[in-house]
Amino acid sequence: MEELASIFVRSIFIDNMVFAYFLGMCSYLAVSRTVNTSVGLGFAVIFVLGITVPINFLLENYVLGKGALSWLGSGFADVDLSFLTFIMFIAIIAAMVQLVEMIIEKFSPTLYSSLGIFLPLIAVNCAILGGSLFMQERNYANLAEATAFGLGSGVGWFLAIVGIAAIREKIRYSAVPAPLRGLGITFIITGLMGIAFMSFMGIEL
Amino acid sequence: MSENMDNNKESLFSLKNRKLLSNPLSKENPISVQVLGICSVLAITVQLRASIVMAISVIAVMGFANVIISLLRKTIPPRIRIIVQLTVIASLVILVDQILKAYVYDVSRQLSVFVGLIITNCIIMGRLEAFALYNKPWPSFLDGIGNAAGYGWVLLTVGFFRELLGSGTLMGYQVIPDALYEVGYENNGFMILPPMALITVGVIIWVQRHRDRELIDVS
Repeated sequence: MEELASIFVRSIFIDNMVFAYFLGMCSYLAVSRTVNTSVGLGFAVIFVLGITVPINFLLENYVLGKGALSWLGSGFADVDLSFLTFIMFIAIIAAMVQLVEMIIEKFSPTLYSSLGIFLPLIAVNCAILGGSLFMQERNYANLAEATAFGLGSGVGWFLAIVGIAAIREKIRYSAVPAPLRGLGITFIITGLMGIAFMSFMGIEL
Repeated sequence: MSENMDNNKESLFSLKNRKLLSNPLSKENPISVQVLGICSVLAITVQLRASIVMAISVIAVMGFANVIISLLRKTIPPRIRIIVQLTVIASLVILVDQILKAYVYDVSRQLSVFVGLIITNCIIMGRLEAFALYNKPWPSFLDGIGNAAGYGWVLLTVGFFRELLGSGTLMGYQVIPDALYEVGYENNGFMILPPMALITVGVIIWVQRHRDRELIDVS
């Protein structure tokens, strides 16, 4: 349990998707104009990461990895399908996003209409694929750890986008040099936030 | 008929096609104007070598992905186009990944997950959606190469400054003379850290928009 909590907190603060790895920057920059929409997108990302990372974990350990197919019989023991990783992960992600979209549309039309176009956009959010690839690279021991990592990364991304959206709402009233307005200042603020987040680096949990 | 043929040939590098190639380098730069594909710019630009490899990989993937989608554009059902596009891109990225692993293994280690993340590089998806789905293969190819090159030069600029100021080297060779270090010059260790990539891109945007006032964000 302690291990899980440690992975969760690590993935929120120390290995923050946005500030430590710059994943999901495109939607982070494009959707962070107002706090409301970024909260919606943030929740959707938490949700999708929390589902796809465990699914891809199972896929990696029981289908794709070297020797992962041995449960089918001894003849499959040395089959290595790892070159299919990218295509399988992205297919799972695209399918999950589609599924999540349909489920939300069916059961909660209000949430669906408030998320609107952001749901399909998540399929190409690099934070999602990045989550699965980091999960693969770090060799988490079991499903619970992978889930904790997925959820934690999602929460970290959520914090980052809500934070920058709040700052952008305020900075609209400041005298930013004209060529720097909009995108430029957002980059620089994100850089400064990243430097702040670096203070978490090296903390052992 | 022959005149028609001639026209077709002319148009390979007509003004319009040249624009497809050159606009993304400046006015419609994918990174500084369209805000696409930021993730990889920031993460792999610590060294110039990795940046060059990444830029070439993206140019290759994007040119071919645009051509393939453009050839298939009339047969892809609109409802499942995202999965089709991702499959095409993912297959090309697998090829690139295998080639990198075979020929430049150390760079491939350094790029780690970011080769895989070319798949979700939004420039590629974005251009497939916005351009290749509605245009013929040749213009799509030019558009792909142009956008990838626009992405590439920002990548190289950021990589150049980060490696020069951060480690005093370029492509792994020392360029800052020892004499300078003896006088008391120090490498700026800050440039190696990820947040400085963001600030470098911010400064590039600043310079670009200062020179080209049309691009200034008025909202």
